[in-house]
Formats: sequence, structure tokens, C-alpha cells
Amino acid sequence: MLLRHTTKEIKERQALTVNPAKTCQPIGAMYAALGIHNCLPHSHGSQGCCAYHRSTLTRHYKEPVMAGTSSFTEGASVFGGQANLLQAIDTIFTVYDPDVIAVHTTCLSETIGDDIPQIAKKAEAEGKIPKGKYVIHANTPSYVGSHVTGFATMTRAMVDYFAESNGHKIDQINIIPGYVEPSDMEEIKRIVSELGLRAVMFPDTSNVLNRPQTGRFDMFPKGGTTVEALRSTGNSKATIALGRLASGPAARALDAKCKVMCEILDLPIGLAATDAFVDTLRRLGGVNVPDSINIERGQMLDIITDMHQYFYGKKVGLVGDPDQLISLTEFLVSIDMWPIYVVTGTPGKKFESKIVEITRDVPHEVKVAAGGDMFLFHQWLKNEPVDLMMGNTYLKYISRDEDIPFVRFGFPILDRVGHSYFPTVGYRGGMRVLEKILDALLDKKDRESPEESFELVL
Amino acid sequence: MSNSASVIFQERKDQILRKGQDAFDMSCNRESLAGAVSQRACVFCGSRVVLYPIADALHLVHGPIGCAAYTWDIRGALSSGPDLHRLSFSTDLQEKDIIFGGEEKLYRALTELIDRHHPKAAFVYSTCIVGIIGDDLEAVCRKVASEKEIPVLPVQSEGFKGNKREGYGAACKAMFRLMGSGDTEDISPLSLNILGDFNLAGEIWIIRKYFDRMGIQTVANITGDGRVEDLGRAHGAALNVVQCSGATMELAKMMKESFGTPFLRVSYFGVEDMAESLYQIARFFEPKDPGIMERTRELVKTELSVLYPQLQEYRRELTGKKAAIYVGGAFKAFSLVKAFRLLGMKVVLVGSQTGTEEDYKELYEITDEGTIIVDDSNPLELSSFLKEKDVDVFVGGVKERPIAYKLGVGFCDHNHERKQPLEGFIGMLNFAREIHSSVMSPVWRFVPRRKAR
Repeated sequence: MLLRHTTKEIKERQALTVNPAKTCQPIGAMYAALGIHNCLPHSHGSQGCCAYHRSTLTRHYKEPVMAGTSSFTEGASVFGGQANLLQAIDTIFTVYDPDVIAVHTTCLSETIGDDIPQIAKKAEAEGKIPKGKYVIHANTPSYVGSHVTGFATMTRAMVDYFAESNGHKIDQINIIPGYVEPSDMEEIKRIVSELGLRAVMFPDTSNVLNRPQTGRFDMFPKGGTTVEALRSTGNSKATIALGRLASGPAARALDAKCKVMCEILDLPIGLAATDAFVDTLRRLGGVNVPDSINIERGQMLDIITDMHQYFYGKKVGLVGDPDQLISLTEFLVSIDMWPIYVVTGTPGKKFESKIVEITRDVPHEVKVAAGGDMFLFHQWLKNEPVDLMMGNTYLKYISRDEDIPFVRFGFPILDRVGHSYFPTVGYRGGMRVLEKILDALLDKKDRESPEESFELVL
Repeated sequence: MSNSASVIFQERKDQILRKGQDAFDMSCNRESLAGAVSQRACVFCGSRVVLYPIADALHLVHGPIGCAAYTWDIRGALSSGPDLHRLSFSTDLQEKDIIFGGEEKLYRALTELIDRHHPKAAFVYSTCIVGIIGDDLEAVCRKVASEKEIPVLPVQSEGFKGNKREGYGAACKAMFRLMGSGDTEDISPLSLNILGDFNLAGEIWIIRKYFDRMGIQTVANITGDGRVEDLGRAHGAALNVVQCSGATMELAKMMKESFGTPFLRVSYFGVEDMAESLYQIARFFEPKDPGIMERTRELVKTELSVLYPQLQEYRRELTGKKAAIYVGGAFKAFSLVKAFRLLGMKVVLVGSQTGTEEDYKELYEITDEGTIIVDDSNPLELSSFLKEKDVDVFVGGVKERPIAYKLGVGFCDHNHERKQPLEGFIGMLNFAREIHSSVMSPVWRFVPRRKAR
């Protein structure tokens, strides 16, 4: 019993997080920046931050993850990190030669008050930024929000730094995919192209963090949104932002800066959310939904109807990030499962009320926590167990101790592969989620059924 | 001119040398070049990996959530009993704490945790931000220690104070404060503490069994499968044996100064170093127990008689294959160079994140002509060396693994992610098996770059 320390009795905690259900802003910013083509993310802080983020992303994606660091020392912490960042910009452009350096701050550089735009300006004045190359930045203090906030802020920086409008709208839609897997970004692009629409998606980590074995180590992989494409987002006729928290700020910034109207939707996880996404694409693009997409939808629906007897009334506990949880909860409710515990580490009151609204017809008490942690989640489970848990790898401790089927979903997944290659968004992604849920539930049923009721056909 | 020259920073030229081409002149232990994609980490990381295996202590990270999240159960340091160390505790500092200070929050967090879990001691890790806002960790710890009557130890591990090496020092200082408190009455004159072993995949259990067979009592594991009470009586042991010199050497030196405990540098990796370490220890105790040498010889003989025939089989197929090594501390590299030699393999690249000049001098001496020796390297350099030397297997850690795989090169994790014990005689066999399996794996035949071979 690894988690034998979890007590059943729940006391309110204000000073302490145990077994977190979030991590800090900079890693989200690093992940987003990896979705720009030819970009080197840069961590303006101590070496450890960068090492941890690279290690965690590497463990999750099983890919090399490149990023620079300002390598703060005691001196930098007293006198400011300007000299370090100037040196870093110089070193990076001289040796690695990316198109973009995407700087994110850390708790350290935020607190000592380094002004990144001012330092970048100085670098430019000193000729350290070659012509046609860029330094962009996002303020990502670790003591505010979570990794999702960091992702949102860096994505917004792409708009602030690159989006331009020349007054002529082009027949193009912007898609902001949210803090999802490279496989999800790929799937979103595929759906858009099935509808025959032209789109720019940013960030885009597909073919960056799920790339093929080529026998080569490329410092800058083929994938990622190009600077040119980012620039053109200001002339697009509309933006679809998927996930309010991760993509909302960038979409609104684009509207304010270049008058590109935006529709902010839930992540297309599950039937209804994917319907909303496809319908919005259809409407904005002025096209019909092709048969290929309708067939996929029908297939997903087919699985739901064929197997509905295994879904209904099953109690589910969820831990993850707000955008994912909102869609997932809605999806589960729509197939008559009961998400009774929903925990995110990311703070935010709106999340709680949204989950309450989605689950209002669930015939069971639903507990929800924003700014919660896995210790609290485990305590809830100890008081009343569930039939299924979904969340990141860290739930495996609870799954083992409490013998509850567990579907890995979200970030990080450190002990299984597949998530970076197979999506959970769209109808096909929905089918995969359903398959995973059924596998987990039915494997347990097969394992535990007494001999007389062990059945061949399910 | 080698084809790697283009990816090497001008500033880093004196941190790389090629044996045979260059005379020994190595610049190391200096700050990383800002902007370089360094594989190094920070002070906090160093402290955290050293102390974390102490299983019945509370480990509270005072800082924003990231530092705790990234070090939650970070390496497979096994415990035979308690497992409080595998949970993640953080004060999760928020903006208002940064402005008004986090001492009150720290106090409440500590109090609550100690009341709930009744740990034997608590370690409180300082992070970058705590160093900047100036929370008085020492004072809060002192207050809680007197209220709860357990040792509460501040670890001064602000990330920016250096690299992992400084973190090891902070960890040693914190542990040292536990020493001298426990009862040492039942400690045998033939006794030692194991320093610098973290019980990855259960390695310390293998080593302790060897010491048992030699008739030596192990007092404290520092820190793999570690216990607070054992640390408290560690000063009663007759000897410290220190592995992973970077991590716990400072503690050994402090103990020598304060308690007069002598220490020996040892390594449990590879047949040669493992056997020599046991003999060294036997020689140390020989005046007290003349029979110990004979028992040790018998032990080594028994182990080798099982090991050698099996090793020969691997050696047959591995002879002439090429290996590259990039590890955290250099000590491990010495043993690995010898271990590869035993397997008939050539080490063509060896480097570390935090080696000292003496370390590199030793590497220079034990490696073959043409071997590249490198300090604080980066992915671009490493990948160009791997290609240039046409390496068959790469030994490294988490950030190196995908680079090797992308190039189609075999890999062995000799760091946090090892799944098999690599220490001891049995560990050498596991190592040989892992190297053999990865080098000889048919999957590399599919890799485009290596198809041409």
C-alpha cells in the first residue's frame, strides 16, 4: 500500500499541497513554444527548471526535447539576469540558429523583476538578433496558475509578436488546438482538411514530439507552425479556439489586435463537443460536412449504442486539466456514466460551476475541486469508491492501492506509449476513448468474474 | 578537422579533449554557458535526489508547485519498509506568499504533516524563490522541531546557487545534523556506513549481503533505503565507504573531522571495482579480524565462478563493439570504462555533467587512444560524437535516451531509470545482459542510418 498514508477523514488544508494535480507554468510555455517551427524554447531562470521540464516532456513524449536556459547563478539573482539572457541570445543564434527564441520566465526571474522585452530590445540594439530572426517572450511565474496558464500565455505571445493584418481577409481559419497531444493536433488538422478548409493551426507540436524514427537527431524537427503562417493569422476570417483556458487568451488577443472574430469552443473530446467543432467549421467555412466525417461519427455512435449496457451508472473519478475535464465530463454524462469526483490542480472558480452545471442531472452527489490535489481525490475515493478512474500516470498509485480500473488520460503519461500517436479528440479519438474505457472495465470484469459467470461474449 | 567541429562552441573547446591528439588540459566545474542546451540541473535537484531515499522522513518542498511535482517519486529508490518519501509535499507558494512571505504557510504545512504522518524527521527544501524572498527556514524549522520534538532540518538548496554539486553539499549538511544523537552501544567493531548508494532497483540490498558475508555490520544506508534513526547512530560505525563521490564525499569528510570516522572510496560497478572495493574494506578490518580477508576472497571467488562463464558468452558477441558514456558524476564513468573493457568493448566517448579536474585526469589515464572526453556536454555535441564514432550503445540518463534512439543506437540507463540492479557481481551480469540485448537487438536493422552498414 504505497498510499497507506492517505487518511479517510478529510480536513481542510490551506498551506499544503499533497500529490499535486498540476505543475508549474514554464513547462506549458515550453511545450507551446515547441509548436513553432524552428524555435528554441528558452527558460530564463536556473538550470534546474529547464532540466526538469525537458526531462518531464521527454518522459512523456519519448522524444528529445531541446531548450536553452539562462543558467542563473547567485550573481544573476542579485544583479538581474540581463547579462545571462544577452549571452544566451547570442549563443543560441550563433550556434543553433533557430528562427525564433521563445523566452519564458520562471519564479526566480519574475521575482527579481527582469524585463524581457527590454532585454530583447537591448540584444537587438547590440546586433545579437540576426535579421529575420525573433525573440518572443511570455511571463510565466510558477506561483500563479499552472502549466495550462503557461501554455495559454505562450500561445498568446505568438499572436502578440507575429499576427499582422493588412486589411484584406483571406479565406483561412485559425485553429488554436489547446494543450493537447501532438496526435490530437494532427487529428484536428485532418478533420479540417476533410472539410476542405484552409487553416493555420498554432501551436502545432505534431511532427515535433511524435516524429518518426529517421536515424537522425534533428535539433529542429520538421513540424511546428512557421513564422510566416503565424503572421498570416491576422488576415484570417475567423479563429476557432479549442479549450477556454488554454486557447481563449490567444483568440481574444487576435480579435483585439487584428479584428479576427473568434469562437471559443470546448475541446472536441466526445460526441457533442466534436459535433460543435465540426459544425462551427462547416458554418465558418460555408461547406457541407463530407460523408467521410459523417461515417466516423456514425461509427463512434455505433460503439456507444452497442456497448451502452457497460457504461450506464458507472461511477467515474477524474483528475486532469480544466479544458480536458470539461469535455470529458460532458462526454461521460452523455453516455450515462457518472463522473462523481472531478479534480484539477489548476485554480479557478468558473471550472467548479461549469462541472456542477454539466453534472446537474447525474443522480448522485458530485464532488468537484479546482486547486485540488490527488490526496484529496484519494480521500474521496476512500469514502466512496468508483468503478473507473481517468487521469495522468500519477493515478496509478491509487489505482493499485484501491484496485480501481484506470485509463491514462492527460499530462503527464510517463509509463505508457500511444498518447502522442493516437488522438482522443474528434470522432476517431472518441472511439479510442471508448475503447480504452471498455478495455479497463471489461478486463476487470473478466479477471474477477467467478467461474460460473465468466462469459465468452460481452 | 573532425566533422563535429562545427557544433562545438568556441567557449567550450577546452571542455572537450581527444586522448592521443590533445595533451591533458581540461577545464571543468565551471558555470554552463548561458544559452547552451546543457544536460545539467540545479542545486535543489542535487539535494532532492540525495535525501529523497530516506524513507521514514518527511520531505517538504517549500516553493511553487513545480519543484515538488518534478521530483515526485523521481527515481526508483526502493524502501524495505516505510514509503513516506514517495509522496509529494509542497507549500505550493502563490503570488501573495511571494509578496508577504511564506513562513506562516511553511509552519502550518509542517505542523499538519507531522501530526498526520508522525515522521522520524523532516527535511525542508528551500527553492530559488525562497532564497529571494528571504524566508527564514532555519527559524521555522527550529520552532517546529521544539514543538513536535523531532529533528526538522532545513536544506539550503536554492536552485541558483550552483549546479547539482552544491546541492549534494546542502544535503550532506542537513544529514550531518542528525548524526551523533543515537545510541551506538550495540555496534560491532567491524561496522560501516554505506554512503552514496541510493538503492536503485534494490542495489544496496545486494551490497549489504556481501558485507554480511564478510562479517561486517552495516549501520546506516546513506541514503538508499535510509532511516533517520540509523543516520543518528552512523557516527558509531568504524568506517565509511563512499560511492558516488560527488554526492556524499562531503559528509564523509565532515564525519571524519567530527567523529574521526575514516572513509574509503569504493565502487560497486563492474567486477574489478566491486572486488577491489571489498578487498579494500577487508584490508581495513584485517587488524581487527584476521579471518576477514579469507572470507572476502571466498566470497569473490564464489561470485566470479558463477559470473565468468556467463559473461564470456556475452563477451564473445560484444567484442569490438563501441560504447559511449555520459553520466552525472564522473565516478560512475571510471567503473563503466572498466566494465566495458571486461566485455571486450571500446569506450569511444566518455563525459559527465559535474566531473572535476582529477576525475577527468583519471579518465584520461584509463581510456584508450582516440577516446573523446567531455565535460557538461549538450545534445548537439553528443549526437555528433555518436555519429562520428559510430557508437553501438550509449549509457546515459533520461535526456540522453531519446537522442540515442533517434540515431538508432542502443541504450542503457545507468541513472534514475534503471530497472535492474547494476551493482555487485550480479549487477555486472545484468549490465552485460542489458548491453548485449540492446546492442544486438534486431530493431536497429530497421533504422535508416544503420541499414547501410
